[in-house]
Amino acid sequence: MAMTHVERENQLPLAYVYTATGALVIGAVFGLLQSYSRAKAFTAPAWFDYYRMLTAHGVLMAIVFTTFFICGLALFMVYRAVPRERSLRLGWSGYVLMLFGTLLATWAILSGNASVLYTFYAPLKAHPAFYIGATILVVATWFVLAEVLENVAYFRRTQPGARLPLVVHGVTCTFVMWFIATLGVAAEMLIYLIPWSLNWVPTVNVMMTRMLFWYFGHPLVYFWIMGAYLIWYNVVPVFYGGKVFSDGLTRLAFLLLLILSTPVGIHHEFMEPGISAGWKWVHTMTTYGVVIPSIMTAFAIFASFEMSARAKGQPGFIGVIRSLPWGNPAFSGAALGMLLFIFGGAGGVVNASYSIDALVHNTMWIVGHFHVTVGGPVALTFVGAAYWLVPALTGRKLWAPKLALAQTWAWFIGMLVMSTGMHWAGILGSPRRTDDVTYFGVAAAHAWMPEMIAAAVGGTILFISILMFVMVAIGTRFSSEVNDQPVAFAESEPESAPPPAAFDRIYAWGAAAIVLAVLAYIGPIHELVSLHPYGAPGERTW
Amino acid sequence: MHVHRLERIWMTFGIVALVIFLGVLGTAAISEGIVPPSHIQTIDPTKVVTTPPFNNPGLRKIGENEYEAYILAQYPAFTPHEISIPAGAKVTFFTTSSDVVHGFFITNTDVNLMVVPGWVSTATHVFRSPGQYLLLCNEYCGREHHYMYGTIEVR
Repeated sequence: MAMTHVERENQLPLAYVYTATGALVIGAVFGLLQSYSRAKAFTAPAWFDYYRMLTAHGVLMAIVFTTFFICGLALFMVYRAVPRERSLRLGWSGYVLMLFGTLLATWAILSGNASVLYTFYAPLKAHPAFYIGATILVVATWFVLAEVLENVAYFRRTQPGARLPLVVHGVTCTFVMWFIATLGVAAEMLIYLIPWSLNWVPTVNVMMTRMLFWYFGHPLVYFWIMGAYLIWYNVVPVFYGGKVFSDGLTRLAFLLLLILSTPVGIHHEFMEPGISAGWKWVHTMTTYGVVIPSIMTAFAIFASFEMSARAKGQPGFIGVIRSLPWGNPAFSGAALGMLLFIFGGAGGVVNASYSIDALVHNTMWIVGHFHVTVGGPVALTFVGAAYWLVPALTGRKLWAPKLALAQTWAWFIGMLVMSTGMHWAGILGSPRRTDDVTYFGVAAAHAWMPEMIAAAVGGTILFISILMFVMVAIGTRFSSEVNDQPVAFAESEPESAPPPAAFDRIYAWGAAAIVLAVLAYIGPIHELVSLHPYGAPGERTW
Repeated sequence: MHVHRLERIWMTFGIVALVIFLGVLGTAAISEGIVPPSHIQTIDPTKVVTTPPFNNPGLRKIGENEYEAYILAQYPAFTPHEISIPAGAKVTFFTTSSDVVHGFFITNTDVNLMVVPGWVSTATHVFRSPGQYLLLCNEYCGREHHYMYGTIEVR
């Protein structure tokens, strides 16, 4: 039976989502073993040590899972919001290249040639295949960007004067932001790390690679968050028959994320030499600025809940809670993720707080923080969204929705337990990225063990949750029941005063984002260059 | 574009909170000098072990209960890895790396530095209460990263 063009089109986002799922499952096995290792319940074998697992966990979860999922989600959203017969050549080229880059980098990690963690800080010197593979993975996402922009151009060409659909506006902001951010890591790889790993140059400028990494590393975080926000704004209201709270403010939130996500990266480098305190202060202020679209989002999400509850005649706090579709695992994944983000957002403000960062920098607090952000609101929203997305893409009904629902709750509870243990261990001084934190029985390290055991308990619950997710995924793959739910994206009530036309000029905002990024980095980079820092030769210490 | 009255209130609350946080941090920075460690001094990482003062790392007394500690971070150890000081001692730590990036974190204090090859990092701390403090490398530096630690004995 010949596939319709929509069925053929669906194969592409599906390939992205399945690849993301594969990365999530493999990454989860390593995550579980790491939590046991730190709780002294497991010792990694010499032929596959803790740091190799940690590198695989970080790369597979933070880069591969998130990027593949967001690319698949973005293509799905754009394809459904701008229906047409289309060539998929660009999208599939991106997918194949991203997969190739992933396999190359993963080979380097699993074979023990790249135990450099997902931040690959020079002068730890990995096999060139790691840097080349990671670069291909990241740069190939530009194909997805091109596919998004091509569809935006098509929409504007065929519907002159019409506003870009809200969901397409959000996707476009996300990928324009991502493009600006990835220029940093591409430069780090192509100018510094790849030539050095191939021994074409003897040394590497360590501080410059760190600055370029974090130029990319923090907008990477916002790329994840924008992926979750795309679902919160455009998809979640459909689950309760609600509306987007405000079309204009949604567009503005994405535009603010586009311009403010990049000029903030030095808040990851507060404890470093070679960057003056003044530049660190500038990045503290800009980091606080990028909190603003998240404050807007918090309001918009809960306002949308309340409007819908009132329309159903269920006012008041309890009425709102009761009116929501808690039986739908796609909703519960997103909603529980939103709850986790309250902790994640508050912790993030602590980390960004300049001198206060000294108390938490590189402690387990940070690990707790990013598990209750990318591992909470982002990953749980994505996992929940898969229960809506995969049936929409395959036409197969979700298998065992009760199991799926229990899965989202298990994730929520597991993440709460694990991240609380991690945060507390960090406050007590336990370092991150460390296999064995007993330090030969030094008294100061005793206090951490109960927290590490709590983290391992939370990790176990999370791992069980992921096994449940796999069961539902496999069951759905072989489900014979037909999913006939139409796909729709949420819209706002018609607004009396439409948002300014400037909100649709995304590329102008992109240009402003580049200007802000240049302003935020030109000073620190000039400072670094003018000091003529010594190069470091690099070593393989694993 | 219409912005709901409640949203105006919420956004004002949020932005005012951020401005207050920045005000607290900024005031502490200006009036108390509480800023992140941002020392700017380069050193050739390949010659660290022969460059003073890191050719002779250790504790130096520079005044009445005031010290400078030069500590070399070299995978997978700190040199020296044990120092002993009287209670109330004010210690300024200077550290650098001869190989990869390390961390320099003294638990239960705010001494938390990245040690980057090619650069000297520094922080000052007054050790008021006696006891044993743990100095540890809190940035992954290699397979034996978790063995990279030291102790500070406050008498």
